[in-house]
Amino acid sequence: MKLTKVSKRNLITYGIVIAFYIIIQILNLTGNLSSHMEGLLVPMTYYSIVAVALNLTVGILGELSLGHAGFMCIGAFSASLFSVATKETMNGGLRFFLALVIGTVMAAIFGFLIGIPVLRLKGDYLAIVTLAFGEIIKNILAAVYLGYDEAGLHISFKSFVLQGEGKMLINGAMGIQGTPSDSSFTIAIVILLISLFIVQNLVNSRDGRAIMSIRDNRIASESVGINVVKYKMLAFVISAAIAGTAGVLFSHNTSTLTATSTYFGYNVSIMILVYVVLGGIGNIRGSVIAASILYILPEMLRGLSNYRMLIYSIVLIVIMLINWAPKAIEVREKYVTLLKRRFAK
Amino acid sequence: MKKFGKVVSMLTASAMLMGTLAGCGNSADTSSTETAETETTEASAEGTTFKIGGIGPTTGAAAIYGSDVRDAIQIAVDEINEAGGINGYQIEYKFEDDEHNAEKSVNAYNTLKDWGMQMLVGCVTSAPSIAVSEKTHEDNMFMLTPSGTAVNCVQYDNAFRVCFSDPNQGAASAEYIASDETLKSANIAIIYDSSIEYSTGIHDSFTSKATELGLNIVTDQAFTADSNTDFTVQLQSAKDAGADLVFLPIYYQEASLILTQANTMGYAPTFFGCDGMDGILEVENFDTSLAEGLMLLTPFSATATDDLTVNFVTKFQELAGHVPNQFGADAYDAVYAIKAVCEAQNITPDMSVSDICEAMKTGMTEIELDNVLTSPSTLSWEASGEPNKEPRAVVITNGEYVLAE
Amino acid sequence: MNFLTYLINGISLGSIYAIIALGYTMVYGIAKMLNFAHGDVIMIGGYLIYTASSTYGFNPLVSILISVVGCTILGMLTEKVAYKPLRNAASNLAVLITAIGVSYFLQNIALLIFGANPKSFSSVVTWEGLSLAGGELKIQGVTIVTILTSVVILIALQLFINKTKSGQAMLAVSEDKGAATLMGINVNKTISLTFAIGSGLAAIAGALLCSAYPTLTPYTGAMPGIKAFVAAVLGGIGSIPGAMIGGLLLGVVEILSKRYISTQLADAIVFAILIIILLVKPTGLLGKNIQEKV
Repeated sequence: MKLTKVSKRNLITYGIVIAFYIIIQILNLTGNLSSHMEGLLVPMTYYSIVAVALNLTVGILGELSLGHAGFMCIGAFSASLFSVATKETMNGGLRFFLALVIGTVMAAIFGFLIGIPVLRLKGDYLAIVTLAFGEIIKNILAAVYLGYDEAGLHISFKSFVLQGEGKMLINGAMGIQGTPSDSSFTIAIVILLISLFIVQNLVNSRDGRAIMSIRDNRIASESVGINVVKYKMLAFVISAAIAGTAGVLFSHNTSTLTATSTYFGYNVSIMILVYVVLGGIGNIRGSVIAASILYILPEMLRGLSNYRMLIYSIVLIVIMLINWAPKAIEVREKYVTLLKRRFAK
Repeated sequence: MKKFGKVVSMLTASAMLMGTLAGCGNSADTSSTETAETETTEASAEGTTFKIGGIGPTTGAAAIYGSDVRDAIQIAVDEINEAGGINGYQIEYKFEDDEHNAEKSVNAYNTLKDWGMQMLVGCVTSAPSIAVSEKTHEDNMFMLTPSGTAVNCVQYDNAFRVCFSDPNQGAASAEYIASDETLKSANIAIIYDSSIEYSTGIHDSFTSKATELGLNIVTDQAFTADSNTDFTVQLQSAKDAGADLVFLPIYYQEASLILTQANTMGYAPTFFGCDGMDGILEVENFDTSLAEGLMLLTPFSATATDDLTVNFVTKFQELAGHVPNQFGADAYDAVYAIKAVCEAQNITPDMSVSDICEAMKTGMTEIELDNVLTSPSTLSWEASGEPNKEPRAVVITNGEYVLAE
Repeated sequence: MNFLTYLINGISLGSIYAIIALGYTMVYGIAKMLNFAHGDVIMIGGYLIYTASSTYGFNPLVSILISVVGCTILGMLTEKVAYKPLRNAASNLAVLITAIGVSYFLQNIALLIFGANPKSFSSVVTWEGLSLAGGELKIQGVTIVTILTSVVILIALQLFINKTKSGQAMLAVSEDKGAATLMGINVNKTISLTFAIGSGLAAIAGALLCSAYPTLTPYTGAMPGIKAFVAAVLGGIGSIPGAMIGGLLLGVVEILSKRYISTQLADAIVFAILIIILLVKPTGLLGKNIQEKV
């Protein structure tokens, strides 16, 4: 069987992820994996997943979204709600599988609903509206109280007292407490592989080419009969759904879930965008690598204590200048040609 | 050409990743000889020193709380080491930043675990404390949070706290107001931060207790962390509702703004706060005359004149350059509580983390500290992790905290 | 009477948003970039005034001047170091990311220099304000000064852009960089000038923001920055009167929804209004409609 260039490239991506997983497992079995590193694995993977999701919107569809943390938030809250409500009555594996499905589907539904107005806009206006939706989601979830008791289900923006037997599910600013920690590195990696599979196959399919043609020239693609609205929505909903799945992993990794800016604010969406841009816009594999490195970087700088975040910001600026400045690219290419010539000799 | 550039950047990227991975593996090995912040320790081989870790925000919007705790622990540790350590063993101390983020807090905890931490003084804030308590519970590591006020911070038996819990403070405030002849008939307005656990926790317990005691709450106004600079609306509503007592279960940063804005509005009710209010007189450049008559329930006051407080405040000012708030005081007491229990239970650093934890669990419920910063009388603990201490009601008079009758 | 008080507070808050939004909108119009670090320049401006007036005892006006000069230099410097090399980059997202890097950098450098302890800012306006309708309606001095300043700035900017050579050069660069170069306009200089003006305005906004809400931390600029960005988009990004209208509208809506709907959901309401307006007018209130060409 002869592999095409494209499928070869895709296989390399899966290969990198699997190789990384195997290396980590070996390190773990031989006792060389520090608890610090072990703790970083799951977050690193779910941020990679969101980066892949956002790259689908930014790189493939060509629209800037600053609200992906909002989809994570939807996924996290809906799945946690389910898990907390069924904690006593359902067994772990099935419950987490259902939680994943629920989180993904809810994020997809919201992606669709938000996509209807958002995708009519263009450029920076679209970006700001996604930011606005993300903030609204966060803001509402931080203010809502949801609980059940003998009288039934209660939902309100004011705190209330439950009558008799019952349970508070979402407790306003305190969010959802006691989500079972079902996320594991293995599950996270499997989900990352599935997301990569979906996105990479989409890109190389008929639908993907249609989506990219809209990115490159909307009017031309419309004129050859491509249903612009449909394909834009397709990409956006898939992207939202994957972000939602990452949210499920997020909420099942730490026991407390609160809808605050630290976890789901616009700054988080921007941080994910940083991963995407640094990994290369439209480069799916790059997103995974950049997200992993950038998530780990501040953690590795812990030894610098107070200077940690300062160094991180300088590194960020310098990497951007080196990778993107036309002058820097020129110099780099000169160097590469020189090297090539030397090797050719 | 373009592709080549990509290959190059990919290569550099993967090289970096490898580098970080390798760096990580190394850090686990070398960390035992590293002393991040303590320079007073000499010996640091395994089993010959106590390793105490701390976690809290030293960057990000909550940085002030974390850095105060970090410095206060440092002072206590230095003092103990100078005086010969715990049971003759020196203490090694390391503090990690969590940016007030539960996820980062767990990362910080894992870093400290790799370093060889035996006991944790932390976390500083509530949500991170809850998340980390899940992990300490799994590892059976002793955890004493200086300032994690939410109920769930001490849900497991290995976790204790120095500060009051939120419901405790809310109820105590309501009771204090109801017992005061002039205050009990007041029209009460509440302004609270609905986006943090501390404030909502106190608010909820205050309102339910106040209703029970027949206090008259006329308006209940919330704000969020994203809009915590403009309080004109909340203050105007309180004024319109005729409130003559404003209950502020919030931190002093926002409170200083509320006082300033109320003053420019020409609104002068009695303000009543909780322990988060402590520190308001030390906000740099704050016009302290605005805080005149402010009442607060607090376990600590930096202007107290007993030797212990004076010693702590002087040392803290030398180290950090400002007057400590109650977070620092709680952390200072936390370290001395650990020392007392270790001495009572004969805990030595060569014991396993889990053994230390078991001994600490029993020890905590048996000790009674009498010379502490954050309680007027004694400080002891319930098995539930809650401290037994009395709040002090303090009124600010002539720019100083004065005990109210 | 109460409604009037809230309205005036809203206009005052809106004026501050407007001044910040002017900086956003000018930079966007000319350099086509979202300068996410703009909010943090405001914070630096605040600290400069604080240090000048509280630590060194300069009078408020001199302090503001020092801050304006300082921020102008800071703005031009960041433009030169972090943004200019990326001006012709393959994607305009690249410069957005460096702007975020600059934002982190400024926040953390302020944290290291000034510490996390919040500073209480003494208002640069010492005037008590007006008392109208027999004391029923009080307007604070800082509110009046804020509103007046924003009006003066708006008029000055309009005059500058329409009546001076440099202003016309800015307009030309924002229309078409290539054509402007052909007409002999120094594009680099013009962009640099825009950053200088935007950052100078940020310093003034910092003075007013910290006077109205007298607290100063390394993160003071972040939220007003993002709200001003929303205001700039609301008014039609790139349009100077648009930024003014957007800012005012946002301020008033924020205060009134806090008062009459919910203090907790005020931000959600502000964002919801933004969404509705953009759906009706997809390029903001005064934004230009750009015809798409094949």
